[in-house]
Amino acid sequence: MTATTVTSSRAKSSASLSHRLAERGISARLLLLVPALVFAIGLFVYPFLYGLGLTFQPLPATQAQWGGGLFANYLAFFRDAFTFDSVWITMRLALPVALFNVLISIPIAFKLRNKFRGKRTLQALLVLPITLGTVLTAQGLLIFAGRQGWLNRFLIDSGIIDQPLQLVNNYLGVMFSLIISGFPFAYLLISSYLSGIDPSLEAAARTLGANWKQRFLRVTLPLLAPGIATTFILTFVLAFSVFPSARLVGDASGETRVLALMAYRSFAEQLDYAMASTIAIMMGMVELIVVAIVLLGRSLLYKGSTGGKG
Amino acid sequence: MSLSASAFESLEMKEVGRRFGGRDALVDLNLTIRAGEFIALLGPSGCGKSTALNCLAGLIPLTYGEILIDGQRIDLLPSEKRDFGMVFQNYALFPHLTVEKNIGFGLQMRNLPKDEIFRRVAEGLALVKLEEHAKKLPGQLSGGQQQRVAIARAVVLEPRLVLMDEPLSNLDAKLRLEMRAEIRRLHQSLGLTTVYVTHDQEEALSLADRLVVLREGRVQQIGTPEELHNSPVNWHVADFMGYRNLIDVQVESISGKLARVTGGGLSLNATLVQPATTGDAVRLAIRPSDLLVGSSATSTEANNKFDALVNVVEYHGREFSIGVTTTMGHNLFVQAEVAPAPGEKVTLSVDPARALLYHSELEAMSSEQRELAEVRG
Repeated sequence: MTATTVTSSRAKSSASLSHRLAERGISARLLLLVPALVFAIGLFVYPFLYGLGLTFQPLPATQAQWGGGLFANYLAFFRDAFTFDSVWITMRLALPVALFNVLISIPIAFKLRNKFRGKRTLQALLVLPITLGTVLTAQGLLIFAGRQGWLNRFLIDSGIIDQPLQLVNNYLGVMFSLIISGFPFAYLLISSYLSGIDPSLEAAARTLGANWKQRFLRVTLPLLAPGIATTFILTFVLAFSVFPSARLVGDASGETRVLALMAYRSFAEQLDYAMASTIAIMMGMVELIVVAIVLLGRSLLYKGSTGGKG
Repeated sequence: MSLSASAFESLEMKEVGRRFGGRDALVDLNLTIRAGEFIALLGPSGCGKSTALNCLAGLIPLTYGEILIDGQRIDLLPSEKRDFGMVFQNYALFPHLTVEKNIGFGLQMRNLPKDEIFRRVAEGLALVKLEEHAKKLPGQLSGGQQQRVAIARAVVLEPRLVLMDEPLSNLDAKLRLEMRAEIRRLHQSLGLTTVYVTHDQEEALSLADRLVVLREGRVQQIGTPEELHNSPVNWHVADFMGYRNLIDVQVESISGKLARVTGGGLSLNATLVQPATTGDAVRLAIRPSDLLVGSSATSTEANNKFDALVNVVEYHGREFSIGVTTTMGHNLFVQAEVAPAPGEKVTLSVDPARALLYHSELEAMSSEQRELAEVRG
C-alpha cells in the first residue's frame, strides 16, 4: 500500500513543475498573447461593454415617451414602428443579396475549377471589386445606371424604352452595390472550399454510374455545404451592416432605411447616444440569430475532411 | 456467392492514343482483353499507364483510336454509362457516407430496389470482411480497410471490367502483400475481368495473367509473366523485370546465339536476344541472382568470369544483396547466400544463357514485332 503510493508520487515528480505546467499549455510563451489581448480589450471588449452600458442609460425624453425605466431604449426599439421596421428593411436587403451571392458563386467557382486559357484574367476581374470600395462603386452605379446614366440613355436612344428605368436611389441600387462588393468574397470563399474537395471523388462517382446531377447532389453538394453555410454567414453579415451605399445609391428615408442608418441618425442628428447604442446592439442580436440558425443547420451536415486520403 | 461478372467476349483497344498539350502520353496502344483476364499495365511513372486506364474508364477522352467491346464502340460512351468499376489509388471514398452507403452508391445510382441493394451491399461487405464496420465513416478506417471498401464498391456493381489504378501503393509493405492476395482471391472467385495499373513489377508478375510493359507512352512488350520474366524483348523491359545490371559492351565474335563481348574491363560469353553483328555496341543485362560469387560456380560458368571489389553488403533475410565494383569502375548488384566482407575481392561468374544482349538504342517496336507480341499474347 505505502510502497505503491511512494512509487506513484515518485513517478509524478520526475518532471519539473514548469515542464508539467507546459504540458498543460501554461508556459512563458503565453506572454506572446499579451499584445493581442491588449488590443482586443482596448478596442473591442471595453467599447462594446461601454456601449452596452449606454443602452441602459436612456435619455429622460425616451423614458418619458416609452416608460420602462432602464429598459426604455429597448422598449422604444420594439414599440417604435419607425425603428423596428428597419429590421425588416435591412433583412429584405441582406438576405436576398447574401443568397444571390452564394448561389451565383457556386456555378462560377465550378466552371473556374478547370484549367483554361485566360482563367487568371477572369479571376482577377471577378475579384477586382474588392479593391474599389463602396463609395467608388456607388459613384459608378450612379453614373452608369442613373436616370441620365449611360444605360438609360442607350436604352432610350435605341428605342427599347420611353421612360428611364429607376435603377438607383432605391432598393435596387443598394442591392446592386451590395452584390458588386459582396460577390468577390463569396466567390473566393466558395472556390477555396471547392478546391478542398478531391476531384477523384467525382471521378469515382462517375465510374459508379452517377450523372452530373447525381454527382452534384450526392457528392459535391454535401461536401460543400459547410462552406456554403460559412460563406452565406459572411456575406449576410457584410450586407446586413450596409451603411454608405444605403445612403449614396439608396433611398435613405424610405426603402433602404437600414439599421445602420437609423443608428447613425440617432447618434448624429438626435445626439441620442443611448438609442444609437441600442440600435447597434440589436443589429448585432439580429445577425447573431441568423448566424445561429445557419450554424445549427450546418451542424446537422457532414463536417469532416473532404479530401479522402492522400 | 451470387456476385459475379457480367460477361463480354473480348474488349479491344485499337491504336488508342492520347495527347496532352502537344505531348504524346500514349501512342498506338493495341490490346485485346478476353473475359476473365487479369491484365497488368506496367511501367515507370509517366509511361502512360494511368492515361491508358483513364481512357478506358472514360475519364479522359481519346485523342485517336477506338475501344470496342464485342465489336461495339464504347469510347464515345460517357464514363457513367460504361458499366466499369474503378478502384483509385487514393481510394476516393465518399467521406460523408458510411461504409455501406459507399458500397451501395453505384447500386443506388442504378435505381435498384431497396432490398436488392441491401442484399448486395451485405454481400459486398462479407466479400471484403468488413461487416462490423458497415456503419462507420471512411475516415474511421485504416488504409487497408479503406481500400477494401473501395474494391467492394467497385465489384458489387458486377461490372464488365474492373479498373485498378495502383490500388496498393498507399499501403505499407505487409498490408500490400495481404491485399495482393485479397485481390487475387477476388479475381479468381468472381471471375472479374481486371485491368491493373502498377509500377511494381513484382505485384504485376504475381497478379496478372498478362502484362503490358509501357515506356514513354509506347508498348514495349505484351506477354505472360513467364515470358516477360525470362525473355524480355529489349533492355528497358529487362531493366524493369529485375535485370538490374546493365553494362555497355561490344560484340567481339558471334557463334550462333552466343556472342563474345568485351567492354568495361569484362570479357564474357552471352546470349544475343536481338540480332547483332561483330563490332556492334550492345547492352549486357544480368540479374543480380544470376551472378555467382566465387566457388559456387559450376563448369558452365567457369570460364565466364570476372573480378570485382565488394562495396556494400545488405542483409535481406535469406540472402545478401551485395554491391560490387568491377576493375573498370562499373557498379553491379549481386545476390549471394554468403556475405563477403566489404573491400574483399571476389570472382563473379555467369551462365552465358542468363547473360542477355540487347541493342543499346530502344527503337519503337516494329509493326511485325507488335503483331508477333499480339499473337504470342
